[in-house]
Amino acid sequence: MNITLNGENRTVSAALYISGLLAELELEPRKIAVEHNLEIVPKSAYGTTAIKENDQIEIVQFVGGG
Amino acid sequence: MATRSPSKDIPLTIAGQEFSSRLIIGTGKYKDYAQNALAAEASGCEIVTVAIRRVNITDKDKPLLVDHVDPKTYTYLPNTAGCFTAEDAIRTLRLAREAGGWNLVKLEVLSDKKTLYPDMEETLRAAKLLIADGFEVMVYCSDDPVYARKLEDAGCCAIMPLGSLIGSGLGIQNPINIRLIVEQSSVPVIVDAGVGTASDAAMAMELGCDGVLMNTAIAEAKDPIIMASAMKHAVIAGREAYLAGRMAKKRYADPSSPLAGLL
Repeated sequence: MNITLNGENRTVSAALYISGLLAELELEPRKIAVEHNLEIVPKSAYGTTAIKENDQIEIVQFVGGG
Repeated sequence: MATRSPSKDIPLTIAGQEFSSRLIIGTGKYKDYAQNALAAEASGCEIVTVAIRRVNITDKDKPLLVDHVDPKTYTYLPNTAGCFTAEDAIRTLRLAREAGGWNLVKLEVLSDKKTLYPDMEETLRAAKLLIADGFEVMVYCSDDPVYARKLEDAGCCAIMPLGSLIGSGLGIQNPINIRLIVEQSSVPVIVDAGVGTASDAAMAMELGCDGVLMNTAIAEAKDPIIMASAMKHAVIAGREAYLAGRMAKKRYADPSSPLAGLL
């Protein structure tokens, strides 16, 4: 299915949870935060938050900044 | 005899957390995170500001800040750099809270890209919303004592007026206003932005500020690590000078050697 991930179109496996997406992307949940259709997903809900066609996902992390 | 040795200085307390260093440094603009880590160490800082940005999905081998500047060693202070509306700032800090798990944040809502001057109306609005949402808000602001008071009244845990524009290195352009803000505030006042070199940091502390926050002055020095060390000493020197209480200024000379017994 197609989703928008960090502002770009991306094709991912169907029937995916946030935890599955992070595994597909090889991202450590500890170091990031996830927004699903503009709602923040608590880390505890990664395994139960299902991603649907055309969903918007943002994955962010801490970077250097002033 | 000194009645108050430097080691007896009270800690800097922000939202109930105590810090012995009064220098906060940014983590942007360094050659790499390794240099950044060395500068942080040389500065003796305990708090570093960090930004929240999209993960690079395509290049996962990019170095990570957390692998160099350890969040267990340094208190990460997430900022809202690049946010021009209250909504953008709040969205960013909610993500930061989820990524890091803490409530202490630095709010900045900017007005335009040329000056990065804080939009005080939006900043105050964002501060109120964030505080209602449980955040401890350290707030970047103009050196306007009226807005500084409004931000404190709204519940901000530190007032952070600019010395001059972000990244400008122009030093403290309005020491009178900074002093007015220091005198009226009962939460820490931390000069944020504008410091260019060590004397600027010392001046902020001599004015009675509780701390100084800087990024570019260290990161863009020819040798950032030596400059980080210089800033550490400048903040301590300025703080001690403030605690000591400076001599009165005089218009004419006053000899230091006794006049009695002159040949």
